[in-house]
Amino acid sequence: MSNVASDIPLIAIVGNPNSGKTTLFNLLTGLKQKVANYPGVTVEKKIGECYSQHGKKLRLIDLPGAYSLNARSPDEAVLRDVLLGRRPETPRPDRVVCVVDSANLERNLYLVSQVLELGLPAILVLNMVDVAEKREWRIDAAKLSELLGIPVIKTQAVTGRGLIELKLALSRDDLPATKWRSAVIPDGVRTALEQSRGPLCETGAIHAKASLLEPLYLLSGHDPTHYGIEDSQMGRVHELRRSIDGAFPGWEDELVSARYRSIEELCAEVLRRPDQEIETITTKLDRIFLHPVLGFVNLVFVFALLGYLIFSVAAAPMDWIDGWFGQLGAWVESLMPPGDLRDLIVNGVISGVGGVVIFLPQIVILFLFIGLMEDTGYMSRLAFIMDWLMSKVGLNGKSFLPFLSSYACAVPGVMAARTIESPKDRLVTILIAPLASCSARLPVYTLLIGLLFPAKPLTQGLLMMGLYALGTGAAFVFAWIFSKGIMKGDSSPMILEMPPYKRPSLKSILLLVWQRAKAFLVRAGSIILGISILIWAASTYPKTDTEDKSLQLANSFAGQAGHFIEPVIKPLGYDWKIGIGLIGSFAAREVFNTTLGVVYAVESGDDDNLDPLREKLAAERRADGRPVFTPLVCLSLLVFYVFAMQCISTIAIVRRETGTWKWPLVQLGYMTGTAYVLSLLIYQVGSALGY
Amino acid sequence: MSATTLAELPVGSEAIVQAMPTGRSALTRLREMGIVPGTRVRVTRRAPLGEPIEISVRGSCLSMRNHEAAHIIISAVGA
Repeated sequence: MSNVASDIPLIAIVGNPNSGKTTLFNLLTGLKQKVANYPGVTVEKKIGECYSQHGKKLRLIDLPGAYSLNARSPDEAVLRDVLLGRRPETPRPDRVVCVVDSANLERNLYLVSQVLELGLPAILVLNMVDVAEKREWRIDAAKLSELLGIPVIKTQAVTGRGLIELKLALSRDDLPATKWRSAVIPDGVRTALEQSRGPLCETGAIHAKASLLEPLYLLSGHDPTHYGIEDSQMGRVHELRRSIDGAFPGWEDELVSARYRSIEELCAEVLRRPDQEIETITTKLDRIFLHPVLGFVNLVFVFALLGYLIFSVAAAPMDWIDGWFGQLGAWVESLMPPGDLRDLIVNGVISGVGGVVIFLPQIVILFLFIGLMEDTGYMSRLAFIMDWLMSKVGLNGKSFLPFLSSYACAVPGVMAARTIESPKDRLVTILIAPLASCSARLPVYTLLIGLLFPAKPLTQGLLMMGLYALGTGAAFVFAWIFSKGIMKGDSSPMILEMPPYKRPSLKSILLLVWQRAKAFLVRAGSIILGISILIWAASTYPKTDTEDKSLQLANSFAGQAGHFIEPVIKPLGYDWKIGIGLIGSFAAREVFNTTLGVVYAVESGDDDNLDPLREKLAAERRADGRPVFTPLVCLSLLVFYVFAMQCISTIAIVRRETGTWKWPLVQLGYMTGTAYVLSLLIYQVGSALGY
Repeated sequence: MSATTLAELPVGSEAIVQAMPTGRSALTRLREMGIVPGTRVRVTRRAPLGEPIEISVRGSCLSMRNHEAAHIIISAVGA
């Protein structure tokens, strides 16, 4: 951002999870937003722009949802640190928009009361008023505004109701900070906090000018990330905390109760509830979705639908993309004279990138589906239903969403684990997430299954389901091993909010899908493109005098590398050409298809490179005339791909998430080790049995 | 009426929170989410295998396991 940007007011949007905060942010900023990450943690940082009602430019930042400034997870810690001005790369916001769920006013006002105390000019947004109205809750916004001393606006972000009023309030130059004080810190605790200020300054945790609230939230925190505090200083911080806890047992809990008492007093003046709770659509729907039997039936239906969409509905657009890249290749071929450059463009770039872009429809469907489940509130119900299963392996329902997302891609899956409070549960979830068969494995599965059972769609489908089940089962087994056997530490309590069902915001979901699709295409255009070119070059050079394409490939760098690892992979039934595919796959799994495509196109000359890859593989023979891709080799390869850790992006994100190289290496080791051992068993036992 | 805990409250019943131990991280979070002494709570449902349970409190629904609920001492409404 340039210097000019700092003149534009920065407005933070804060609120509880499920308060409709992000929908409001999307409504205000639309496509004028940037998604990045906070350095050091993979918490998403969303900054956008909008214009006030008076045409003045405003910058908005969507901070992660939280229940309290007393941070429990990296997400909540980011909210606290940004509001306290503790993150150097994000300026302290000039104003705050507090978004609350109107039908859950007291609980939502808890965070608001903490935020207002920080002294920033604020606007209170009573969002989802329609839900409150349906429950016949009457909220006196004018009175609330008077008592808090800040503007209060009723909105319904999904429909855009109240947006103009909000923009008018955002345009005000004289936005006040509240005078409302919800809880008085007892004198003893106050003195203790004051006294802790000096030692905390020495540890570098706070600055000398920090307000009393900083030691309050740092010392009462259960925050695993402790951003801005050196690990070596954490002992001092814990010591200070223990001394306050010792002198004033339960002070933290007392403070919570005091806050709720003031909130209850406030609500008594502004909120009228009917004596009898009105039955909401949520209650009715939960009777079905959380029903002991119907709930499971529904769960199976949801996943069957997802499977149908991904494997069946996505097929047509995937064929189109395949066709377009094929035509593009043919067109370039017709334009250029034969030679290395044409070869590079057609066999390296176009077939390499095309082999990956083809999955765009599946990625879009997966994220659309996950976005819908999250936005409607169904995802929390899944966590509720799945909790008992997760508890058997030492995790809880909260690990379910990261794991489910990993079926699309482990990278957002690993990132979604940031909402898990306990460092141990979070780590276990991250370690097993890549065992979910991600969409990058799909092309490899499809190719090999097609080779195994040509023209038997039912058997193909069953085997595909079997592979997904194998990965899922393995994830549970390893979760059990890690959390019960290897790792120490407390598990997260399974405390989860079940938000009311709501109509999904199509705009927000499409925005999410667009952001993911863009990230996917950027990856295809950068990493995958680079690898494709590299593989093409490695299998083309060094040039030899021979006219024999096979000999040329064998002598190339890729051929040499394939030969080099052949002794290791031979017991699994693979030859050196598959070895080239495996080496390429360690960058990204989908490169397997690309690599084999490139390898075989290079070998056979470029005149027939648009033939389906599968036929080429089926026709491939060993020196003794036996086929290379026997059913046993295909099966061994399939199992290898289920288990092996082959994705640079995942390794990078796990490194960033866990802050050390230890865990990505552990992951690489246990997954690839299991892959090797199981594939070895399958091939050796199968061979011995005569298959 | 003897002291009972939230974990023992039957589905559909209401109660008032009497006491909760202090200084436990998970219970502090439950307090922050609105379950403090004096709050009215109702058990909405139990998952098929007994856990987790769903609690209706202050207009929101929270789920938790018996492990946490067993620490929350309750008394009958109006007692």
